[in-house]
Amino acid sequence: MTDEKPTTPEVPAPEPAPAKAVEPAAAAPKPAAEGALPAAVPAAPKPAAPAAPPKPTGPKPTDASGKPLIAALAAAVPGAILEAYEFVGETTAKIAPEHLVQACRYLKDEEGFTYLVDETAVDWKDRQPRFDVLLLLHSFSRGQERLRLKVGVAEDAACPSVTCVWETANWMEREAFDMYGIRFDGHPDLRRILTWDGFQGHPLRKDFPIEGIDTGAAIYPDRFPEGGGPGPKDTNRKVLS
Amino acid sequence: MSEPTPGTVAQFPPLAGPPLLGLHEMELNFGPQHPSTHGVLRLVLKVDGERIVSARPDVGYLHRGTEKLFETETFPMVIPHTDRMDYVAASTNNHAYCLVVEKLLGVEVPKRAQYIRVLLDEMQRISSHVLWLATAAIDLGAITPFFYTFRDREVILDLFEEYCGARLTLNCMRIGGLPVDLTPGWLEKVRAFTEPFEKCIDEYEDLLTENRIWKERTVGIAVLDEKRCIEWGVTGPVLRAAGKAWDIRRALPYEVYPELQFDIPVGKNADTYDRYLVRVAEIRQSRRIVLQCLDWLEKNPGTEIRGKVPRVIKPPAGEAYACVEAPKGELGFHLVASGGNKPYRLHVRPPSFINLQALPEMAQGHLVGDLVAVIGTIDIVLGEVDR
Amino acid sequence: MSHTLLHNVLIPFLKGAITVVALGLAAGILTWIERRLLGRLQIRKGPNRVGPQGFFQWIADTVKLVFKEDIVPSRAEKALHLLGPLLLFVPAVVVLGLVPWGPEFTLFGVTTPLHAAADLNVGLLLILAVSTIGVYGIILSGWASNSKYPLLGGLRSAAQLISYEVPMGLAVVSAILMSGSLSMVEIIEAQRKAGVWFVFPGLIAFFLYFVSGVAETNRTPFDLPEAESELVGGFHTEYSGFRWAVFFMSEYGNMISVSAVATTLFFGGWLRPFPNVAWLSFLDVIPAFFWFAGKVFLFLMVYIWFRATFPRYRFDQLMALGWKTLIPISLGNLALVAIAALWGAAGLKVLGAVLVLLVAAGFIAVWMRPARPRSSTTMASPNVEVRA
Repeated sequence: MTDEKPTTPEVPAPEPAPAKAVEPAAAAPKPAAEGALPAAVPAAPKPAAPAAPPKPTGPKPTDASGKPLIAALAAAVPGAILEAYEFVGETTAKIAPEHLVQACRYLKDEEGFTYLVDETAVDWKDRQPRFDVLLLLHSFSRGQERLRLKVGVAEDAACPSVTCVWETANWMEREAFDMYGIRFDGHPDLRRILTWDGFQGHPLRKDFPIEGIDTGAAIYPDRFPEGGGPGPKDTNRKVLS
Repeated sequence: MSEPTPGTVAQFPPLAGPPLLGLHEMELNFGPQHPSTHGVLRLVLKVDGERIVSARPDVGYLHRGTEKLFETETFPMVIPHTDRMDYVAASTNNHAYCLVVEKLLGVEVPKRAQYIRVLLDEMQRISSHVLWLATAAIDLGAITPFFYTFRDREVILDLFEEYCGARLTLNCMRIGGLPVDLTPGWLEKVRAFTEPFEKCIDEYEDLLTENRIWKERTVGIAVLDEKRCIEWGVTGPVLRAAGKAWDIRRALPYEVYPELQFDIPVGKNADTYDRYLVRVAEIRQSRRIVLQCLDWLEKNPGTEIRGKVPRVIKPPAGEAYACVEAPKGELGFHLVASGGNKPYRLHVRPPSFINLQALPEMAQGHLVGDLVAVIGTIDIVLGEVDR
Repeated sequence: MSHTLLHNVLIPFLKGAITVVALGLAAGILTWIERRLLGRLQIRKGPNRVGPQGFFQWIADTVKLVFKEDIVPSRAEKALHLLGPLLLFVPAVVVLGLVPWGPEFTLFGVTTPLHAAADLNVGLLLILAVSTIGVYGIILSGWASNSKYPLLGGLRSAAQLISYEVPMGLAVVSAILMSGSLSMVEIIEAQRKAGVWFVFPGLIAFFLYFVSGVAETNRTPFDLPEAESELVGGFHTEYSGFRWAVFFMSEYGNMISVSAVATTLFFGGWLRPFPNVAWLSFLDVIPAFFWFAGKVFLFLMVYIWFRATFPRYRFDQLMALGWKTLIPISLGNLALVAIAALWGAAGLKVLGAVLVLLVAAGFIAVWMRPARPRSSTTMASPNVEVRA
């Protein structure tokens, strides 16, 4: 969950992601009045409008800072964990970027999380920090336990790279860099992986159009103006519609 | 000629001294158009004579912006997109996606639908492994297993076509269950295929398992032991051939796998030969699971194929991750929902992409002729690597 | 016309022309046979659309290749690029000319042996020498293409061909020991006099010769130089159109010549089985040429069978097989045959009987070995265990 207070329990009309923080919305479009918020956030006053019979709510995140794993991590790397919650059976810990590598090393060496399942990023447009880097860890020795780490990274800031802890993070971070433009400090070979050499822009950012950008400036930045491409009479013009 | 001892990496004499006559290593481009890179994969090789000094994969030739497209489609519309990633084993992709959405929604899938899902997945696993066998063999020069395996794979594809209308990109699961019920007689046809199938597997093994040339080409090649596998995040048959009996169907079970009896084949030497044996054994195990599903479905006739799912699917905000054991490894979907009817962020954890990272280490020290064996043994599908 | 003109100029010229044409036709028909037979071995039909049973497929392919554009890389050495295939094709034709296809026959009142070239008394030596010239063709093609893949393929192939000349030569020497002559016709005569085909005493030699022959012709399991899945095409990557067709024809021509030489040296050439046994003389109704051709045909079927069954050897394994396995065996075989030949035909017969019995015993032992159980709970190999 985020640090901001959620605005209202009402959910906007069906639409892609709202610009603001993640809302603790219920599964139904009707306002669900009995949504209990996590203990870390002061409970919002309930609106007095139980007009319809309350729909069953979906799962809600619960605080997980009491779990032994989180407590041990907080003790070993003080200041690393900003928040911890559990949602649909998965534990997530929000980690401060400067303590990320240390926390990961601790988790790998001491707690047995030897397997990095996935590392990816999410773009929360108009939120500070803009990106969230998510790491999913797995431990074979702790009864197949999984843990998700979340790191907030600002747009021009860099996230520390965990390739020194798990080698598999190499291509995962390259993909996050390619798709979002997040720089990873300490990555041995940070360059684009899925898009082609010379591609300008970062496709998975929310302000990158789904239709694609004109490939003119994307490939030949010295020949075409920024964001521009072949003119209407150019035989190389490709219309992306 | 004696067979190489298993457990040892094929040893070649070390490179002797500085390059002769000032001749450098040759830089060779393997792909992207190449008969045996299983798709558009480019490897930049540095070779010294026949010895590979370094092999650097260059992927992205099949990148189609799938994850971006996910964000513009409603939740049910995403399912056909997932087919096209690992197009050889499409139903596992659908399955993993449906699992993650059902996890967030809290939807209960009826038992009959779970059994049918498992049945489809296991048939898909047989089809994928059999395709792997065909292409790995033909890359190494054995051109005949390809036709034997495709004869059987055609039957599976026809069965899929009868069920959901498509042979390859199946689109055969929906959030909450399945799109359609089984046609009458379909189960009998599956049984008619599966029961004699063991003899077919024996045929494939007859051609290759004890073949001296096959063994020479695969024993000791592309070794990646268990520790390095986990370090590289490699899962699936590659990890199992390294000695770790880790299968998501057993470790993090989903659907009705806890009720099914099946074994996990585990190798010892972590080389290409063991991976071949592990995959063939997995085909046998999948056949066992298919028969058990058939037994249950025949004993428990019913019609429910879908749980209670709202008409407009809007999972609560939050994130979730669900994984299945795809034929290539752990296939996971990481969903970040924001309460709308489209995924805010849907990331795929593709096993082929992550397994391919280990290629440079696996190819180290081998000859150019082994490179095809190394690529084949990881079992990659470029659709999944590049998405 | 004068006797010399007829016999020394016209008839050899005619025979030579027929040999070239026959090679072209035979290579074409062989492609059809190969594709159909491979199909059958792979539980599918081969080409069956063009003509009855697809018989005109090879004609269609030849026509296509003739009309196809000859793409030559711009920086390739043009002259050498053209010379390469020729240096491969010409030796194949010449060897076919040196092999005796039948005894003397009479046509239109002219008696002449069914033998394109004259019967040299060192015919076998010349065959070995001429067939080795093919190596130049391969190296030149790979080099002149000015591209990395053909270069790799050409060098690999050259090394392979040169290596396998040695066991082949040693195997052929044992045939010379058994017959006492280098002339091809003499060798056939020797087999008729001895009453036994040289394959029996020379079982090991035949095996060595045939395996080396497969390696010499770049066929599976030794086809790494042209391995499609590794080198795209090997030394003939940059060739298209008719030049590639010449490569193709020379590969099949080499196959036919290896089979023909094997037939001559080890299987009695154009003799029928048991040529000295009188009560089998009813078999003589089949002309000698058809005995020869039938045996060559059987060898070609074995070539195709190998292609369907075996994976490919990796290059260093291929070389190790040639140098470390086949050469010691061929030296041992040479000693064995030399000792047996001291007793003339009787010695050869005894050696043949012993070898045949040993091989038969080996077959029976393999056939009767206990079957390894395979099921979902037990694996055929100890490398993998199945855990519940």
